[in-house]
Amino acid sequence: MPKLTVNGVEVEVPAGASVLQACEEAGVEVPRFCYHERLSIAGNCRMCLVEMERSPKPVASCAMPAGDGMVIRTDTEMVKKAREGVMEFLLINHPLDCPICDQGGECDLQDQAMAFGQNDSRYDENKRAVEDKYMGPLVKTIMTRCIHCTRCVRFSTEVAGVTDMGLLGRGENAEITTYLEKAIDSEMSANVIDLCPVGALTSKPYAFVARPWELRKTESIDVMDAVGSNIRVDARGSEVMRVLPRLHEDVNEEWISDKTRYACDGLKRQRLDRPYLRKNGKLSPVSWDEAFAAIAAKLKGLKGAEIAAVAGDTVDVESMYALKGLMTALGSPNLDCRQDGAKLDATTRAGYLFNSTIAGIEDADAILIVGANPRWDAAVLNARIRKRWLAGGLKVGLIGAPVELTYEYEHLGAGPQTLTEVADGKNAFATVLKDAKRPMIILGMGALTREDGAAVLATARKIAESTGMLVAASTDADGNEIPAWNGFNVLHTAAARVGGLDLGFLPGKGGADVSGILEGASKGKIKAVYLLGADEIDTQRLGDAFVIYQGHHGDRGAHRADVILPGAAYTEKDALYVNTEGRVQMGLRASFPPGEAREDWAILRALSAHLGQALPYDSLDQLRAKLRSENEIFTEIDVAPVAEWGPFGTEGAMSDTGFGTTVENFYMTDPISRASKTMAECTEVFVLPKQGRTGTEG
Amino acid sequence: MSGIDIAENQPESFAFTPENEAKAEAIISKYPEGRQASAVMPLLDLAQRQHDNWIPLAAIDVISEKLKMPKMRVLEVATFYTMFNLKPVGKYFLQACTTTPCWLRGSDQVMKCIKDKLGLENHQTSEDGMFTLLEVECLGACANAPILQVNDDFYEDADYESTAKLLDALKKGEVPAPGSLSGRNVSEPEAGAQTLLSYKDNGAARTYDPKISAGETGEK
Amino acid sequence: MLRDEDRIFTNLYGWHDWGLEGARKRGDWSTTKQILSRSPEDIVEDVKASGLRGRGGAGFPTGVKWSFMPKEVKDKPHYLVVNADESEPGTCKDREIIRNDPHKLIEGCLIGGYAMRAKAAFIYIRGEFYNEAMRLQAAIDQAYEAGLIGKNACGTGYDFDVILHRGAGAYICGEETALLESLEGKKGQPRLKPPFPAGVGLYGCPTTVNNVESVAVVPEILRRGASWFADLGTPKNSGTKLFCISGHVENPCNVEEEMGIPLKELLEKHCGGVIGGWDNLLAVIPGGSSVPMMPKSVCDDVIMDFDTLRGVGSGLGTAAVIVMNKQTDIVRAIARLSYFYKHESCGQCTPCREGTGWMYRVMDRLVRGEAEVEEIDALYEVTKQVEGHTICALGDAAAWPIQGLLRHFRPEVERRIAARKAGQPIMEAAE
Repeated sequence: MPKLTVNGVEVEVPAGASVLQACEEAGVEVPRFCYHERLSIAGNCRMCLVEMERSPKPVASCAMPAGDGMVIRTDTEMVKKAREGVMEFLLINHPLDCPICDQGGECDLQDQAMAFGQNDSRYDENKRAVEDKYMGPLVKTIMTRCIHCTRCVRFSTEVAGVTDMGLLGRGENAEITTYLEKAIDSEMSANVIDLCPVGALTSKPYAFVARPWELRKTESIDVMDAVGSNIRVDARGSEVMRVLPRLHEDVNEEWISDKTRYACDGLKRQRLDRPYLRKNGKLSPVSWDEAFAAIAAKLKGLKGAEIAAVAGDTVDVESMYALKGLMTALGSPNLDCRQDGAKLDATTRAGYLFNSTIAGIEDADAILIVGANPRWDAAVLNARIRKRWLAGGLKVGLIGAPVELTYEYEHLGAGPQTLTEVADGKNAFATVLKDAKRPMIILGMGALTREDGAAVLATARKIAESTGMLVAASTDADGNEIPAWNGFNVLHTAAARVGGLDLGFLPGKGGADVSGILEGASKGKIKAVYLLGADEIDTQRLGDAFVIYQGHHGDRGAHRADVILPGAAYTEKDALYVNTEGRVQMGLRASFPPGEAREDWAILRALSAHLGQALPYDSLDQLRAKLRSENEIFTEIDVAPVAEWGPFGTEGAMSDTGFGTTVENFYMTDPISRASKTMAECTEVFVLPKQGRTGTEG
Repeated sequence: MSGIDIAENQPESFAFTPENEAKAEAIISKYPEGRQASAVMPLLDLAQRQHDNWIPLAAIDVISEKLKMPKMRVLEVATFYTMFNLKPVGKYFLQACTTTPCWLRGSDQVMKCIKDKLGLENHQTSEDGMFTLLEVECLGACANAPILQVNDDFYEDADYESTAKLLDALKKGEVPAPGSLSGRNVSEPEAGAQTLLSYKDNGAARTYDPKISAGETGEK
Repeated sequence: MLRDEDRIFTNLYGWHDWGLEGARKRGDWSTTKQILSRSPEDIVEDVKASGLRGRGGAGFPTGVKWSFMPKEVKDKPHYLVVNADESEPGTCKDREIIRNDPHKLIEGCLIGGYAMRAKAAFIYIRGEFYNEAMRLQAAIDQAYEAGLIGKNACGTGYDFDVILHRGAGAYICGEETALLESLEGKKGQPRLKPPFPAGVGLYGCPTTVNNVESVAVVPEILRRGASWFADLGTPKNSGTKLFCISGHVENPCNVEEEMGIPLKELLEKHCGGVIGGWDNLLAVIPGGSSVPMMPKSVCDDVIMDFDTLRGVGSGLGTAAVIVMNKQTDIVRAIARLSYFYKHESCGQCTPCREGTGWMYRVMDRLVRGEAEVEEIDALYEVTKQVEGHTICALGDAAAWPIQGLLRHFRPEVERRIAARKAGQPIMEAAE
């Protein structure tokens, strides 16, 4: 722990810390452009120069390791001159186009020029012009503004794990570009926009759309996957203008996937903005009362067993809770939150969580991936695996369909047979897991959304138990506490899933699961089905059942519906979500739902009254209070739980079929992203060519 | 790409000849295991030599594959170093040094001669594809300035007349022996060396006391 | 004048066989086994005692540099890297060593490598030296064949490889960490220091980078004893040195002379004097383009060693002496160097990437007097803004020639501006 003084203040920093970090520790601001705490150190912008005793020249504080006894000053004439000099150099070839630059108002160069620059320029030569580059549908480039900090190159290479970006040429002619101007082929690509300290890389879909000071910023939670990335939703009036990442060290650090960022234009298209009722085969707009009346008329006289409900993948905890309450009141045991039919088992919470936690990936030294494509299932979580892999000493094995990941892995086999070998210790990777201190298994939906899913789950559990993935807390020889470790992980893809399982939005006694509901509906045994944002089921199989669709988009569910109740999308309601780790998080409303659409819990509360089964709360607060009184999981917000180990899964025979992956197109996985023009463009550019298709084929 | 000069017309494919393939493998084996990226410059050079003195993008692909190096990293290297040509150059690639030591000794005259005789300005290639002119930075032979490099060879102590003679010969497809165009021996003073004369006729023969080499006589 | 017996590069002009046979006749490889019978520490001590200072420009004591290497080989091999990227304008000495006396370098690699417990030497030669590289490779092949290097080098039981690596056109690769990056197959962009190469160098292994001449003189020093070398030259500036003299002298040449030789003697004895006579001398850049120039008044009696030249505000650098007589357009001469540094800036760090272009563009206008007088001060400030603020020394090297010009020839720069304003010809001097 070196001790040093910064501007006369003594600070102690961890070994390996930089002088820049020591300055921050001392509360001294050091300007910087190239330095970023999550990227390797480039030391190229020279903005962070500080004065160091015994050094005749100023030193780059980002690159200088803090040493014991160092005397650092940032308040001297030498430092002031250095900063002014660097600032001037950065500006001489930077265009004076701030008024038309999308970075305006949130530009590091602008801010630091104000703080550390001089107010005039001595540069009389012509400014350099650099041709703009194509980087894909998301990243817009105005390369003349580039200050060559290489943050984008380092991010794409290090975090995103793609090698598309680079700096070609040299000297003042050096240019940032992608290889032959191809789109950056990463699900995380748009983070370079946030990282770019100037307006060289800006958001293409957001180009010239708004100024930062016009926007209302709301902290929320993403629902495009089960990571629960923390986001900031920027809205103007009722319109969501953009989604940005919000720092959460344990979840998404400061990254979000391109879908999380850009699916938001789907919020403006194909919206359900008023209730509809199918009359003579055609959906017609009706009032809320008419819609409720029609439902009441239809459900009247139906037995509980003839009614069913399916919760979709992006719905919030509160609305599932309300729907479950209503179904219980109606006597229906037929409810399920597992649209994909995953054989998840709610008997033991540890059996369906990502127990190691996302941050815990950084402690792992061996990972067995089964039936998952982390890059598409959970792009941000995948970046965490890559981060761990880059640190060295991580072994990764994969069972299932081979996929393109951003780290090296050993492909162990295709399916259950290999899994069994590992479980029986007959596969070499079993030894890798056993020898590891912190081994992990990541079980994807590709392993569970199959007939033998419960047996796969049981086998995975056996692997966890037999290879030492469950480590109790202990104390080492030096008396340091070693925390407990649970290496069993389910990687969910649906944002609603863990919340649904936690609520028990599952078949009750004698009740049908999703396949049972579809089976029952197609055979006429189930006569009414309530789809709460459920669009990922085969609606063809709903037979003649009366279908109530509550949701926000005119997607598959709505097309089949007899009654449509327009709900709120994730940006339009205060709501709880539980991520794949079991972390309960709260999203806040950024804008109101369109037209007559309402928040979902409120729709269900109103409907319940129409059905004569009024739910026992009149406000969201009351709902939450009741929810918490029944289920303590929801009492703590933003905590990664430690779930008790226990029995789950069902031993049994497994088929020979290999594990597939479930996300077919990363960019379109739910009604919002399917409605998004930007996601359609990404599909066209990134997904279809790989599948050997073009967009025109449909 | 504004600052980066890459040929628009690219061949569809590139492959090392069997002979160069063997050379490439030999080059790679010079470097420690796992450090095959070190071979990227020699391999780019090899590809350029095979392919009329310029590197097509298809060769970037081949090298990237061979060295398990991302294409972007190979292209970065190819665009950073000035000796890699990413577009065609003439059969005789004239690289005239005009940095101060050459300029002091008359590189302007060399450039003028090239302009007069071939009509070439910096960066231009003659219409017949025979000559490309590039003004280059210090070639490291300043005692023999000015230098005109033609492909791999240095022609030294150039002036207008000797450059003209050289270009005439090249036009005829004759490649004169490289070295000083004024006829002097390496970087020996033109008027004759003042040093080493006592060694001139004896091969500079010299013997040493092995005891000193072995450090046995101490500091003597 | 240095006696021929005390010259190290006895085949500097290529009068004799460059190959192994000729080299052996000249005494190369003659007592290598005896040298390698000594301990590495012993050899390092001798090199320290000889007072040899690095011949690549910085003049850091070679033996001291060697002593920074770890004293034992742990999990990572050690490497010696030889900098043969000779690209500093004015400098052309290593080329002669390589093509006329290559075995001196190869033997130096073996001995230096042994002294640092290195596994191998990588010689990084600038790409334009194609024929020189072919020659050096042929010499390396001879040495392998004769068992002088490779497995059981010289029969000592020590295994040592010498690997030649060609550059491809980048002055910056003469900077040691840029050279290492380049050798690893990357762009030649200098690394941040710390860590220093002796700790984390080539492939992350302990590495020492030495100039060709520094390495090539080591066998002779060890064969004749450190005191022989130390007794030559001036205090703390011992030994002999290859001088490269270019520009306005009657006979530009390379010559090996004693450190501390008076500049005037060097030019008059070996180069036939300044064109037009000593009184026609305008200025001399004594150590390659990166060091500030000296006006004639300084040249009259200055001697050529590291400390003396530093004392007069310049430097010995690579001992590349660029002579300019009074017919020189001195502003253009320096403007051309500014262009050189702009062209060779790797572009990595801000002050150099932006500053070299700025400085060149102003210099280019000053050649024609197209500027305001105030811009001279602004230019000087820009050089100060670059100097000392960059990752590597290229920024300093780009700044110093301009500072030297403004220090000694500011009236000439002002005169051009005035002439331009008055509509008079600038009087571009004939070459």
